[in-house]
Amino acid sequence: MKSNFKVFLKGIIDVSPLMIPVVPFGLIFGVLAIDIGFSPIETMAMSLVIFGGASQIVLLQLFSGGASSLVIISSVGAVNSRHLLYGAVVSEHLSDLKLIWKIIISYFLIDQAFAISNEYLKKNKDKNRYFHLVGGGATCWVIWQSTTFLGIILGAAIPEKLGLSFAVPLTFLALLVNDFRKFINVIVIIISGLVATFGYNYIPFKAYVIVAALAGLLTAMILTTKNKKA
Amino acid sequence: MSNCALILYCGLITYLTRFSMIALIKKEMFNDRIREILSFVPSAIFPAIIFPAIFINDKGLFEIDDNPKILAAIIAMIIGIFSRSIIATIFSGLASYWFLIFVI
Repeated sequence: MKSNFKVFLKGIIDVSPLMIPVVPFGLIFGVLAIDIGFSPIETMAMSLVIFGGASQIVLLQLFSGGASSLVIISSVGAVNSRHLLYGAVVSEHLSDLKLIWKIIISYFLIDQAFAISNEYLKKNKDKNRYFHLVGGGATCWVIWQSTTFLGIILGAAIPEKLGLSFAVPLTFLALLVNDFRKFINVIVIIISGLVATFGYNYIPFKAYVIVAALAGLLTAMILTTKNKKA
Repeated sequence: MSNCALILYCGLITYLTRFSMIALIKKEMFNDRIREILSFVPSAIFPAIIFPAIFINDKGLFEIDDNPKILAAIIAMIIGIFSRSIIATIFSGLASYWFLIFVI
């Protein structure tokens, strides 16, 4: 069995390539939050307390659109529902751990750490294999906090003309690259996108993110059922 | 609600979605069907952020003519499909956007 530190280090090394896009994402978040009118302390608090890129960007997007707190919080909840899947998948590897470790690991259960550690956890049966997840999560934590901080500082220096806010849809687009190859996913993407775009001004309370997501999931449910029967 | 409370609640709900499955819920409650549906969550949610950010302008109006974001997003998507690289997708999109607004 490898030492805890070695497994932790392996997590850091494995997650590193996935950290490249986190850098511009963090910068953009910091810049946008200040631009929208959050204070530097509030912006930093978002990255520390929430520690989730998609959640934080949704918060900004809806906040600047004038959505109510309730809609913002439930939209963030909807965006996060994918973590339920991550948790369910990794929970079998963590079931022997003490509660305190579960509390700590939960904070680090983010997209990138899940993506790399899920593979590692499947292949390794060592007792301390969860250190891999902590290593990946901690790496992302450091990058996310420091780029948020840099974004806050650079905010004023980056000209608005550059249209950096366009990097937000691009980042989410990039997270879907593998889904564009699957037929059902493409249909779900189109349905959700159309509902959000055309419902943007008509769905009350700026709840278009939730409505579009539900429409997308419903589509997925219908299409996957049909697939099985055929 | 103050900004601080909003941030705290958003943080709480984010944390709870991560924590609940690890600590509170037994994995038997999660059958394959639910797992399958949850695997579509990114495809169902991210477009709700992507599409309005491309097609709807600052004033909340639908914009399709003279909108360089559409072409830039299509280029990024094509690059993404072929390269499968997150970073190539983002930078090709930004580069084509800048090319369209500054050069053409």
